[in-house]
Amino acid sequence: MTDMPALPQGNGCRDVPVLKQRGQHEVFCGLTGIIWLHRKMQDAFFLVVGSRTCAHLLQSAAGVMIFAEPRFGTAILEEKDLAGLADANEELDREVERLLSRRSDIKQLFLVGSCPSEVIKLDLERAAERLSEKYFGKTQVLNYSGSGIETTFTQGEDACLASIVPAMPKTTERQLLVVGALPDVVEDQALKLLGDLGIETVRVLPSRTADEIAGVGPNTVFALTQPFLGDAAGALERRGARHIAAPFPFGEEGTTAWLAAIAREFGVDQDLFETVTAAPRARARKAIARSHEVLQNKRIFFFPDSQLEVPLARFLTRECGMEAVEVGTPFLHKGLVGPDLEMLATGPQISEGQDVDQQLDRAIAAQPDLTVCGLGLANPLEARGLTTKWAIELVFTPVHFYEQAGDLAELFTRPLRRRAMLAEHPSHINGPEISSGEREGAKRPSLGALA
Amino acid sequence: MKLAVWTYEGPPHVGAMRVATGMEGVHFVLHAPQGDTYADLLFTMIERRDHRPPVTFTTFQARDLGSDTATLFKDACNAAYERYKPEALIVGASCTAELIQDDPGGLAAALDLPIPVIPLELPSYQRKENFGADETFFQIVKHLAKPCEKTANITANILGPTGLGFRHRDDIVEVTSLLNDMGIDVNVVAPMGSSPTEIAQLPAAHFNVLLYPETAEAAARWLERTFDQPFTKTVPIGVGATRDFLAEVAEITGKPVQSDESRLRQPWYSASVDSTYLTGKRVFVFGDGTHVKTAARIAKEEMCFEVCGLGCYNREFARDVRALGKDYGVEALITDDYLDVEQAIERLQPELILGTQMERHIGKRLGIPCAVISAPVHVQDFPARYSPQAGWEGANVIFDTWVHPLVMGLEEHLLTMFREDFEFHDDAGASHHGGHAPREIGATPDVTEIPTPSGSDVVVWLQDAEKELKKIPFFVRGKAKRNTEAFATERGVTEISIDTLYEAKAHFAR
Repeated sequence: MTDMPALPQGNGCRDVPVLKQRGQHEVFCGLTGIIWLHRKMQDAFFLVVGSRTCAHLLQSAAGVMIFAEPRFGTAILEEKDLAGLADANEELDREVERLLSRRSDIKQLFLVGSCPSEVIKLDLERAAERLSEKYFGKTQVLNYSGSGIETTFTQGEDACLASIVPAMPKTTERQLLVVGALPDVVEDQALKLLGDLGIETVRVLPSRTADEIAGVGPNTVFALTQPFLGDAAGALERRGARHIAAPFPFGEEGTTAWLAAIAREFGVDQDLFETVTAAPRARARKAIARSHEVLQNKRIFFFPDSQLEVPLARFLTRECGMEAVEVGTPFLHKGLVGPDLEMLATGPQISEGQDVDQQLDRAIAAQPDLTVCGLGLANPLEARGLTTKWAIELVFTPVHFYEQAGDLAELFTRPLRRRAMLAEHPSHINGPEISSGEREGAKRPSLGALA
Repeated sequence: MKLAVWTYEGPPHVGAMRVATGMEGVHFVLHAPQGDTYADLLFTMIERRDHRPPVTFTTFQARDLGSDTATLFKDACNAAYERYKPEALIVGASCTAELIQDDPGGLAAALDLPIPVIPLELPSYQRKENFGADETFFQIVKHLAKPCEKTANITANILGPTGLGFRHRDDIVEVTSLLNDMGIDVNVVAPMGSSPTEIAQLPAAHFNVLLYPETAEAAARWLERTFDQPFTKTVPIGVGATRDFLAEVAEITGKPVQSDESRLRQPWYSASVDSTYLTGKRVFVFGDGTHVKTAARIAKEEMCFEVCGLGCYNREFARDVRALGKDYGVEALITDDYLDVEQAIERLQPELILGTQMERHIGKRLGIPCAVISAPVHVQDFPARYSPQAGWEGANVIFDTWVHPLVMGLEEHLLTMFREDFEFHDDAGASHHGGHAPREIGATPDVTEIPTPSGSDVVVWLQDAEKELKKIPFFVRGKAKRNTEAFATERGVTEISIDTLYEAKAHFAR
């Protein structure tokens, strides 16, 4: 087990200059969040009002065709919908009616705005109000935008959760609200830890079903489990709730800091805190230690993807001994990731937004040992000798809290271990000549960087 | 407005990307919002391409809409030209950009770039992916093909293969070898692998092989009209179709049919006694028009199946496929709604589905075996091995692919004889692969049944830990359970708590 490095002097990366760029963004739009949200909220249906592109994105982005009758779909706009908005509203009502008559299990329906629906100014908020009245007592209809002109990847979940907040009943009860769609097993772990700390009323957003919806009010404090929930946090604050600022619960240190912030808020006895967290902390450290050996002193480069980049850089540099070269994030919300930035030692370039061509130039020049990027960039970078980690796995895999800390570290070691194993037999990869099927001028993937 | 859950085709700009990505020396500037870049991963992940598609997305945002998206587009064109120095630029709009009506073609033309700029009209709210590919290739050919002298030897162009095409990579090799056997050289394969310089040379060939009408028919017709280049009408998928194709080539070129059939095994395999059990199997055929037409013929004439239903998802081929349905005495299903297809399959209860990845899922649900014959593509449709559909080797591959999902020869009888047997029962499926029977899906007896503790050597799962175990995904739950029990036994722990479970997890973490 390795000791945690000392916290950086001053404010760490909090006040370092941020490289802001504008150009081609190689990121998903907010619709993508539907892929995990529809698994989390088991009586909800997500109806995207959009184009064939939206439908194609949803089925391509994560290869989710395993669910024969999924709880999401796309109402594809056609020529005639573009001609007259009155007709578009009628059409929408008709499609919703057809859907709800076929699927009586749907208790929450999200009308999800897309780029085309935003551009033609189809008012989904009014549509949601109209339909909520119509299906009152049976199905609640809410709306949010997952459009690419307004949201980046995980911001879709933020917009979705923010749309739920006004529908939460008012409560004056003193309670903790844990915000962010986590896999059930992870959520249960968190609830157990919080319960063991003696915090009596803990609720979650989103709830697994519509009738479990939490209340909110002036005696509610909330903790975010994901760094991309800025709008949801704002909506909760408008309902009188107060945010508990903390580093995000990734890794042993992050989880402990996150729990400690909550414990302080609720006046939890320090001894009790130690008793509850000692064993899982030790387990987490032990599990991370195995990855530490592989990751230590390796240089990592983050392309912007999920907004998890800053907390993950904090975890990987402090708990796994990595060195961050660039930490790119689609959107830097200092109000939320400030505590993580403060723990991140200066050195890495923090960048916000993207010009993908220029960022690729920087990555290739830097020759990092590991590059975290989207699926569109991974194989092309591998072919140029860089080792990559698909960023999307970080939002699809249970990675939060103590018991997953080892898994989280392992996600980053696997590509490195694989490349090292392949490099043990160089003749396998770098055979005598280029096979006939390959394009002229195309470079054979090389193991150069790590061999 | 139409509710879609799964779609067979992407939007037209994805078709344009398939053409651009297949080619060399072309760059595509697509006026599109953030998020449309998802299409890159189709090529880098599904097809495992080692380069990014040659596409620049302008990535406009909501705040740009009120101001100047046109400037953004022009800047993106200039930057793409400077960085990639393509021989030709194609420009177009995705569905959202179509709505803001910036006229990419006009804007790009105004830049006076020193290379050909080809504007695309891709009506996103009317047409789909195959149209986009066909139209893009047609525009590229129309803008770039130049009159030129025919080659001295008889040559052909192979038209239609694109990026992300169903077995296009290997079909090119097979068709090239068919032509070479007849003493015909290939002038250009396009769009796949061709550059604008080579597109200019298309008219030098004596004729065109229209390998995939979905993606190249408009170009083939234009080349026929403009340069007097005939094109072949038969797609050489299946033994009979390949023979017809060779006869067509012979007629166009005046050369006798010559072909090395030494590798062709499909006719004998089909005639051998083991294939007797294939006789009269009822099959349902669904996919793109071209692959459905070829598959239906193979099914009936070469495999002796009964075609009990057929259809296609691309309306451009509705007339052909309806006519085909008449020939087979069935009504063709023309739809891009997979729920309609599922309904048809449920009603017809075929013994085998020849379909797309979509029908593979339908088959899984209904417990009907399925072989994939057509796009939309999936990572499995880009196998490492040589696996064409066209030509002689294609016929061999198809035989294997279609027979594999079925219960084999004698085994079928055993299933009937021992109907109540624990191993041979109706739902057991074929013994040589993971099976497709509904009973097996989701059944995880290994992990869902927690053994009742009895005796002192047994470790007991406390209720909380047991509940926790059930939250672990089923495909790793068995392993987690075994590991935890081994961990507990080793340490003399008799009761497994949540802590034990996670102690074990940390212990086995790598």
